[in-house]
Amino acid sequence: MAADNRSARPERRDSAAPGRRGAEQHRIALRDRNRNWRRHHLLVARQSWARLFATPLPTLITLAVLAIALALPGFLLTGLANLQRLSDGWDHEPRISLYLRADLDDEAADRFSRSLLLRDDLSSVELVSRTQGLVEFREMSGFGNIVDLLDENPLPAVILVQPASSGITELPLLRARLQELAEVDEAVLDMEWLQRLNAFVLLAERTVLVLGLLLALAVLLVVGNTIRLAIESRRDEIVVVKLIGGTDAWVRRPFLYTGVWYGLLGAVLAWCLIQFSLLLLSEPVSELARLYSSDFEPSGLGVAGALLLLGCSLLLGWLGAWLAVGHHMREIEPS
Amino acid sequence: MALISFDNVSKRYPSGQEALSNVSFTLREGEMAFLTGHSGAGKSTLLRMIMLMERPSQGQLVVGDQNLSRLPRRELPYHRRRIGVVFQNHQLLFDRSVFDNVVLPLQICGYDTEDASRRVRAALNKVGLLDKERLNPISLSSGEQQRVGIARAIVHKPQVLLADEPTGNLDPQLSEEIMKLFQQFNRVGTTVLIASHDLGLIERMRHRTLVLRNGRLIADGRG
Repeated sequence: MAADNRSARPERRDSAAPGRRGAEQHRIALRDRNRNWRRHHLLVARQSWARLFATPLPTLITLAVLAIALALPGFLLTGLANLQRLSDGWDHEPRISLYLRADLDDEAADRFSRSLLLRDDLSSVELVSRTQGLVEFREMSGFGNIVDLLDENPLPAVILVQPASSGITELPLLRARLQELAEVDEAVLDMEWLQRLNAFVLLAERTVLVLGLLLALAVLLVVGNTIRLAIESRRDEIVVVKLIGGTDAWVRRPFLYTGVWYGLLGAVLAWCLIQFSLLLLSEPVSELARLYSSDFEPSGLGVAGALLLLGCSLLLGWLGAWLAVGHHMREIEPS
Repeated sequence: MALISFDNVSKRYPSGQEALSNVSFTLREGEMAFLTGHSGAGKSTLLRMIMLMERPSQGQLVVGDQNLSRLPRRELPYHRRRIGVVFQNHQLLFDRSVFDNVVLPLQICGYDTEDASRRVRAALNKVGLLDKERLNPISLSSGEQQRVGIARAIVHKPQVLLADEPTGNLDPQLSEEIMKLFQQFNRVGTTVLIASHDLGLIERMRHRTLVLRNGRLIADGRG
C-alpha cells in the first residue's frame, strides 16, 4: 500500500508479517491524510480564534499594546514619507541664480544670457531683466508703494540657470565657475537648505528605524509572554497529547495560530489608529500648506504601507509564538 | 513473535537509586500479562520505559521491530501511537467533553472527522459510556472516568495496551468489569500488559504474571 505514510508506517510493517494475529489496524491513505491535515489546520485556526475571545478583556489589552507598538512606527514612517514627497518636489531642479552687476544694462544682460545658452554645462537659462524683476517684486511683495518712491530701479538683473547635471559635488564647482564670469556679481546655489532638509530626513529615517526595531522587539516580547501564559494554562493538555503520540508540530500548532491571530488583529487595530491620527492631522496640514500657497495633500499609509504593516505584524506574531513555544515545549514532558 | 522484549534492562537514577536491575522477559504479540509487586518495586518504571518516558541506563529494550535505545526524538510520537495507555490518574482533560477526550488520538493520527466520530462512538459503546459522550468528564464518577481513559487508549486500535493500576481506586465489582474489558481487547488481538497490586483479582484472571521485587524480576508464570 504505497499511499501509506508516517503514522501508518508501523502498521504497514506489521501487516506485512505473515500469520499475524491482532486487532485490525487502521490505514489512512496519503490523499485522505493531506485533506484531513488541511481540515485540522482549519479547525485549529478556528479554535485558536475562539480561545482569544474566551477571555475578551486580557486579549483586548494585549491587542491594544500590540496596536500601539505597531502604530507608532507606522505613523512616523507615514509622516516621513510625506516629508520626503514634499522635498522630492524640489529636489530635482537645483538652480543657480546669477545676480548680474548693477551697471549692466538690459541689452548687455540679454547678450550675456544668450552667451550662457551656448554653454553645455547649463540646460536652461532664464533672464529676469531689471524692469521685469521690478514688476514681479511689486506684485509679489506688496511693497509696491515703497518702490514707487525710489528714483531708480534698485534691483539687478538676474539669470536663473539650470545645471545640466545635478550631482551634489558638481553643483558647487559650477557655481564657482559662474561666479568667475565678469558680468556676474554673485552666483547663489539654491541648495543649502535642501541639503539640510535631506540631512534632517536622513536623521529622522534612522530614528524611526531604531524606534521601529525597538518596538518590534516589544511586540515580540508581548506576544511571547502571552503565548507563554497560554502554554502554562494548557500544560495538562500538552502532556496528554505528547503521551498519546502528538508530534512537536502538533503541540506547537495552536500556539502559532494564536500568535498569527494576534499579529493580524494587532495590524488591523494599528491601521485604524494610524488612519485616525492622520485624519486628525490632515486639516492642520492642509491649512499649513495653504498658507505656503502649496497644493500639498498629506497621503495616508496607502496599500503598500498597509500590506507592509500587516506582513511585519503577522511575522512578529508568528515569530513571538514560535520562540515562546520552542522554549517552553521541551520543558513540558510527561513524567 | 515477540512484541516487547526486555534484555537485561536496568534503570539507575542519578541519585544512585536503582529502579530496575537486569530485567529480561518477552511478551509475544497478542499475549496478556500482569505485572505485580509491592509499591516501589518498579512496575511504573517498567511501563514508562515501554512508553519511552524514561530510557534504560543499561540493556536492550525492543518494541515491535524498534530498538528503543536507538529511537531518535522525532520518531518518539510515532512509537507512542502504537501504544495505548491507561493511567491510574486517568489523565483526562476537563476543558472538553468525553467525546473530545476520546477523539484526540484519532485527530493526532490524522483521521477523517466522520470516520473518527464513528470510531469514538464504537469505543465509548464498548466501555458502556455512549450516552455520556457530551458530558464533561469531571461530572463522571471515578469508575466512569477510568472507562473514558480506556476508550481513549483503545480508540485508535493500538498494538499494545498498557495499564498502570487501572483499578486502583475502584471497588471490587468495578475492578472486575474493567479487567473483563481488557480481556475483551486481548481476545481481538491486542497485546495487553497491566500493572496492578490487586493480587486476588490477578489470580482469578489466570494470565501470565510477572512479579517484581526491588527492581528485580523474581517470578514469571501463570497466576
